[in-house]
Amino acid sequence: MAETIKIQQTLDCKGLLCPLPIIKLSKALKGIQVGEVVEMLATDPGSVPDVKAFQAQTGHEILASEQQGGVYRFLVKRTK
Amino acid sequence: MGEKTKRLAMVASKGTLDQAYPPLILATTAAAMGWEVGIFFTFYGLDILHKKRLEHLQVSPVGNPAMPPPIPAIPMLKVPTLMGALPGMTAMATTMMKGWMAKAKMPSVKELVDLCVEGDVQLFACATTMGVMGITQEDLIPQAQCAGATTFLDYAASADVSLFI
Repeated sequence: MAETIKIQQTLDCKGLLCPLPIIKLSKALKGIQVGEVVEMLATDPGSVPDVKAFQAQTGHEILASEQQGGVYRFLVKRTK
Repeated sequence: MGEKTKRLAMVASKGTLDQAYPPLILATTAAAMGWEVGIFFTFYGLDILHKKRLEHLQVSPVGNPAMPPPIPAIPMLKVPTLMGALPGMTAMATTMMKGWMAKAKMPSVKELVDLCVEGDVQLFACATTMGVMGITQEDLIPQAQCAGATTFLDYAASADVSLFI
């Protein structure tokens, strides 16, 4: 249930292309505490596999990955 | 996680506007994932670290059949390659590409280099290129480290991903 997750910060990456969304996501995660969550909004369809790959490489956990209209929404938790 | 930090080693050998982007995009992305990244800038690729040139990289329409048609509605009507050699065509193609980049909110080459510096990407400046082209350390951004092929190979020997661009 995405509603019950506390979001620490929201990143608006709508209209941005690779590499900016991932760079901004990485920076945002560095700015919060372990266990806290960043919400990222993006419109680049490449961000869907990219956020997944980011999880695979960094271990930060995707709590939600969904699409609402033309906008992709991700919830990513800092794990370390 | 007790895993070893991953390492990306790249050679950036081209100094045109279009070819400057791929190594910088890969480098900034890998750095964002916590990887160690080193780029060896060699031959014209060294212009990417050149203080005076890095904001003036150009894209050439000569010998580049991928250049888009001037009228998007007529995709088969390409600019003849020969016309690319006319005065002003390189400037025009460069302005056009910079326009697409700005419209897509893409960072400039300078901004990507700054992001590399921020992400602790090692920027190796090929010593041979510096010697051949008369480029000194003062001509380059302060983070450029003059190094030879041996240094790069030593760095790349323990890389997980190595690319030549």
